[in-house]
Amino acid sequence: MGSPFEYAPAPESRSIVDIKPSYGLFVNGEFVDGHGKSFKTISPATEEVLAEVAEADEADVDAAVKAARKAYDKVWSKMPGRERAKYLYRIARIIQERSRELAVLESLDNGKPIKESRDVDVPIVAAHFFYYAGWADKLAYAMPHSAGRGSDPQPLGVAAQVIPWNFPLLMLAWKIAPALACGNTVVLKPAETTPLTALLFAEICQQADLPPGVVNIVTGAGGTGQALVSHPGVDKVAFTGSTEVGKAIARAVAGTDKKVTLELGGKAANIVFDDAPLNQAVEGIVNGIFFNQGHVCCAGSRLLVQESVAEELLAKLKRRMSTLRVGDPLDKNTDIGAINSAEQLARIRELSDIGEAEGAGRWSPECELPQHGFWFPPTLFTGVSQAHRIAREEIFGPVLSVLTFRTPSEAVEKANNTPYGLSAGVWTEKGSRILSMANQLRAGVVWANTFNKFDPTSPFGGFKESGYGREGGRHGLEAYLR
Amino acid sequence: MTATASNLDLYAEVTRSEASLRRFLHGLPGVDQVGADARAAGLGTRSIKTSAKVYALDLAIRMVDLTTLEGQDTPGKVRALASKAMRPDPADPSCPQVAAVCVYPDMVATAKETLDSSGVHVAAVATAFPSGRAALDIKLADTRDAVEAGADEIDMVIDRGAFLSGRYQQVFDEIVAVKQACARSNGESAHLKVIFETGELQTYDNVRRASWLAMMAGADFIKTSTGKVQPAATLPVTLIMLEAVRDFREQTGTMIGVKPAGGIRTAKDAIKYLVMVNEIAGPDWLDPDWFRFGASTLLNELLMQRTKMTTGRYSGPDYFTLD
Amino acid sequence: MNARIDVRKTYKLYIGGAFPRSESGHSYEVADSKGKFVANAALASRKDARDAVVAARKAFGGWSGRTAYNRAQILYRIAEVMEDRRPQFVQATQQSEGLSAAKADKVVDEAIDRLVWYAGWADKITQVVGNANPVAGPFFNLSTPEPTGVVAVLAPQESSLLGLVSVVAPAIVTGNTVVVVSSYDRPLPAVTFSEVLATSDVPGGVVNILTGSAATIGPWLASHMDVNAIDLTGIAGETALATDLEVAAADNLKRVRRAPAAEPDWTLDPGLEPMTAFLEIKTVWHPIGV
Repeated sequence: MGSPFEYAPAPESRSIVDIKPSYGLFVNGEFVDGHGKSFKTISPATEEVLAEVAEADEADVDAAVKAARKAYDKVWSKMPGRERAKYLYRIARIIQERSRELAVLESLDNGKPIKESRDVDVPIVAAHFFYYAGWADKLAYAMPHSAGRGSDPQPLGVAAQVIPWNFPLLMLAWKIAPALACGNTVVLKPAETTPLTALLFAEICQQADLPPGVVNIVTGAGGTGQALVSHPGVDKVAFTGSTEVGKAIARAVAGTDKKVTLELGGKAANIVFDDAPLNQAVEGIVNGIFFNQGHVCCAGSRLLVQESVAEELLAKLKRRMSTLRVGDPLDKNTDIGAINSAEQLARIRELSDIGEAEGAGRWSPECELPQHGFWFPPTLFTGVSQAHRIAREEIFGPVLSVLTFRTPSEAVEKANNTPYGLSAGVWTEKGSRILSMANQLRAGVVWANTFNKFDPTSPFGGFKESGYGREGGRHGLEAYLR
Repeated sequence: MTATASNLDLYAEVTRSEASLRRFLHGLPGVDQVGADARAAGLGTRSIKTSAKVYALDLAIRMVDLTTLEGQDTPGKVRALASKAMRPDPADPSCPQVAAVCVYPDMVATAKETLDSSGVHVAAVATAFPSGRAALDIKLADTRDAVEAGADEIDMVIDRGAFLSGRYQQVFDEIVAVKQACARSNGESAHLKVIFETGELQTYDNVRRASWLAMMAGADFIKTSTGKVQPAATLPVTLIMLEAVRDFREQTGTMIGVKPAGGIRTAKDAIKYLVMVNEIAGPDWLDPDWFRFGASTLLNELLMQRTKMTTGRYSGPDYFTLD
Repeated sequence: MNARIDVRKTYKLYIGGAFPRSESGHSYEVADSKGKFVANAALASRKDARDAVVAARKAFGGWSGRTAYNRAQILYRIAEVMEDRRPQFVQATQQSEGLSAAKADKVVDEAIDRLVWYAGWADKITQVVGNANPVAGPFFNLSTPEPTGVVAVLAPQESSLLGLVSVVAPAIVTGNTVVVVSSYDRPLPAVTFSEVLATSDVPGGVVNILTGSAATIGPWLASHMDVNAIDLTGIAGETALATDLEVAAADNLKRVRRAPAAEPDWTLDPGLEPMTAFLEIKTVWHPIGV
C-alpha cells in the first residue's frame, strides 16, 4: 500500500563537483602521471564512468615514499608542533568550506546516500582533522607511559596507509590526521573503486600550502598497496580493510621494524534484551546494519534478540525496514544507496543465497531497485543459528542475521563466539546489566542503547582477528609515535 | 481483536485497579531519549519538494485547529478567526479550509454561529484549561457547557499533578468521566482530545505512559500541550505519541488521533511533522480526522508557502490576512 | 659413617596448577654455568604446549574477572613467598647464571621488587591508560584497557629469574594468562618460580611454565589459533626464527611483542609498554538522557 504522500525526487545538485576526465598521482605536492596503466572509476549507482585514474606501479610508489621521506627529514619532522597544527587546522577549515562538494563526490564515487556523506562522513572528517590538529603541539602530554623516562615522543617517519572503499574520505582522515599531527609524512593509497575524494583531498592539501611530500596519494589496486606496505623505506603501516589482507600485511612486515595498525573485519552482535527501549532498539538495528549499505566493518550484522521479545521486535523491525528508501544516492531522501561494486554485490548475493540454502528464512520489504548500477535490498534472515555461514562470515552488505537467546550468559557466549571482536551492541534499560555485558563482550567498541556512533575523541579498533591498534582519541596517537 | 470492542473492555484487566494500571504503564518498553531525539531529527532531514510539497501544504492547512485561547478573546475576534478558518486565502478559492477553530467554552456558540455548516469544527478547551486545577465536577460542568453550546470536539487537560505523583487511576477515571460528559442528548458524542502538557511531564517515558493511559480511557485524540507551557509540541514528543497510537491500533484495531499543539510556526516544521506521521504511524493518519496541528500563526506561513508554490515567487505577510 | 645422600628435586613442568612431567617423556640435561650437570629438566613438547594453552584459556575468564585489587594482592603474595625463599633463588640464580653471590643477591632483590612494582600497577594501569572521551554528542564514552587473553611468552634466555619475572608479571597483572617457555639453558629458576606460584594464591592455569626450547615450542604457540598474543623477547637476536614466528602469528592476528636485537638490560625501569603490549582498549558508549 503506497502512501498518498509520495516524496518527489530531491536530488542534490551534481554541478558543485568538477570531475576531471583523468587523474594522476599526487606525489611531492604535484599531480604526476603514473607509469602503470590507468583504470576507470565508476558511479556504482549508474555504472557511469566518472574518471580515469592512474595506477601507481612500484616505481611510482618508490617515488612517493622518497618524496615522503624527504619531506619528513627536511621539513615536517623538524617543524614545531604548533606550526604543524596550523596546517591541520587549515585543512579542517577547507574541508568545512568545501563540504558539500566532498559529500557529493563521495556519494557519486561510492554510492552512499548523500544524507550520510553530508551529515556523517564529511562532518566527522573535518572534526577529525580539527581534533588531531590540537594534539600536534601537545604530544608530550599524550603518552603517560613514557613519562617515567622523560616524555618526548617522536614520530616514526614515513607512514604507508591503505584504506578501504566504504568510507573513503573518513578513513583517509582517520589515517592522515593523527599521522601528520605526530610529525610523520604519509603515502596513502585509496581503494581502487573510490579514489576521487582522496584526489580532491590532495587539492585541499595544495590549497592549504601543505609542504610538498608531506601527503602523497598513490592510486591503484591491491598490487599498488602491496608495493607500498612492503616498501623498505616505510616505517609504519596502517591498514583498514579485510581480515584476509590484514593477515597478509602482518606477514609482509614480519621481521621488520615497521610499526603496524590493522583495522579489519567484524561480525558484531547487536543484543536486544526484553527490557530494551524497543523502538530505539529497532532504530539501532537498522542503523547498525543498513547504514552505508552495511558496508561497515563494525556493522551489527548479527541480531541477538531475547526469545521473549523476538516476535514483537521482528514485527517492528520489518515495519521499519518497509519505510527504508533505496535508490539514487544523490537523492536527499535516500536511506540506502548503491552497493559499491559489482564484485561486492556478487559476494552479498552469494552469501545470501547460501543463507537461504542453509535453511534460514529470507525477507526483504517490497522495494523497486533501479535498472542500472549495483543494488541489493535491505534483507534479514530469521531462524539463523551460529552454524550458518551468514552468522559467521562478514557479508559487508545490507543483510542481517537474526538469532535468539534466552539468558544473558547465552547472549555473551554467542556474541563472543566468533574470531572477530570489533564491536557489539547491547540494548536494555537495566544499567547494571549494560555494564556487566560491556565487561564480558570481547569487542573494541561496545555501543549500549546506541549503535554506529563515531567521534574523533573516541578510540576505535578491535580485539582478536578484527585487528590491532586504535584509531581516534589519545590512543590513536600511539600508533604514530615512539 | 475487533475494532468494535470498546477499549475499556479490552483493557478491563489493566484498568481494574491502581496497582494493575501502574504495572501495565510501568511495564511499557522504555524510551531512550537520545535515540528518540535522533530518530526525530533524522526524519526532519527529509527533503519534501515540488508535488510532494504541494500535497503536504494543503494537507497541513486542512489539519490546522486554528486557535485563539486568550483572556482578551472577544466574539469579534472569534468571528474573524472563524471566517479565516473557512477561507484561509480569500485570494485563492482552491485553498482548503482548516479542520477546526479552537476556543474557550464561552466562545463556542459564537464560533458555531459563524462556521454554521461550513464543515469546520468547533473545538473547545475544557476541564479548567490550561492548569486543570479544579474539582472534577467543575471540569465536567465546563465540558458539558461546551458540548451543549455545540462544540464538536473537547480538548481536555489531564491532572498532571496526579499523574506525576503516580495516581494513574485518578487520571484515568477523570478522562472516562469527561468522555461521558462529551455525550450529547442525541446519542452522539463530541470527540475527546486529551492534552498531556508534555512540557510538564518532561520525560518521554511519561509521555508514552500518558498516551496509553488516555487511549485506554477512551480518548479519541491525544494532544501534546496547551500552548501555555514551554516547551510545547516537539518532534520527538510527537514521535512517541505516534508510536503509541500505531501500537494501540495493532493491539486493538482502534485508531486514535494525534495533535501536536503550540510552537509549530513554520511550514517547514509542519512538513516535518507530516513526514513523521507518514513514516511512524503510517499513511492512514495523513488525514485531518487523525492528525491536527494546534496553531495560530502557522496558518499564514503555510499559506505563504502555498502561494510560493503556485506563483513561483516568494510572498510577504502583507498579502495574508491577520485575524 | 656414611654421609647422608641428599634428596634431589625432580624439575617438572607447571601446567594448570599441576606439576606434570612432559607427556613426551623427554627430559634434557641442565648444567650450571661451568658446564657441570645439575639436573634433568622436563623437555616440553608441542602437546605440553597445547595442554598449557587449554589450561591458560580455562583460567582466563576467572583471572581477568577478578578485581584489580585482588590481582594486586596475589602478585604481592608472590613477592612475599619469593622473599621467604630467597636463599634458594640466590643459589639457583648463581648456579644458572654464574653470578657472584653478591650479584645474585641483587638480581633476586630486583626480581622481588619488580613483582611488588607490578603488583601496584594492577589497580592503576586503567587510570593511566584509560580515558574518558568528550565526544560531540549526548553520550557517555569511556575507554578502558582489558587483557588480550592467552599470551605465549618466550622468556629471556640469559636472565633466568629477573628476566622471567619481567615478562610474566606485566602480562598477568592486567588479567592475561600466560604460557611461558623458560630459558632453555637456565630453566631451573623458572621451575622454582613455578613452585612459588603454586603456593601464592595464583589460580592454576594463570601461569604455565614449560621448560624446553623456544625454537621447538615457539612455532606451535605462534600458530596456535587460541593464543591471542606472543612475546618474542626470549629469542632476542634470532632474526630468522622471530620472523617465522611473526609470520605464523599472523594466522589469527596475534599481538606480537617483537624480539629485540639483544636481550634488554633488565635493571632499567620497564615503563608501561610490557603491560600495554597485551592490553586491548575497549570503548563503551551510552546515551545521556532522562
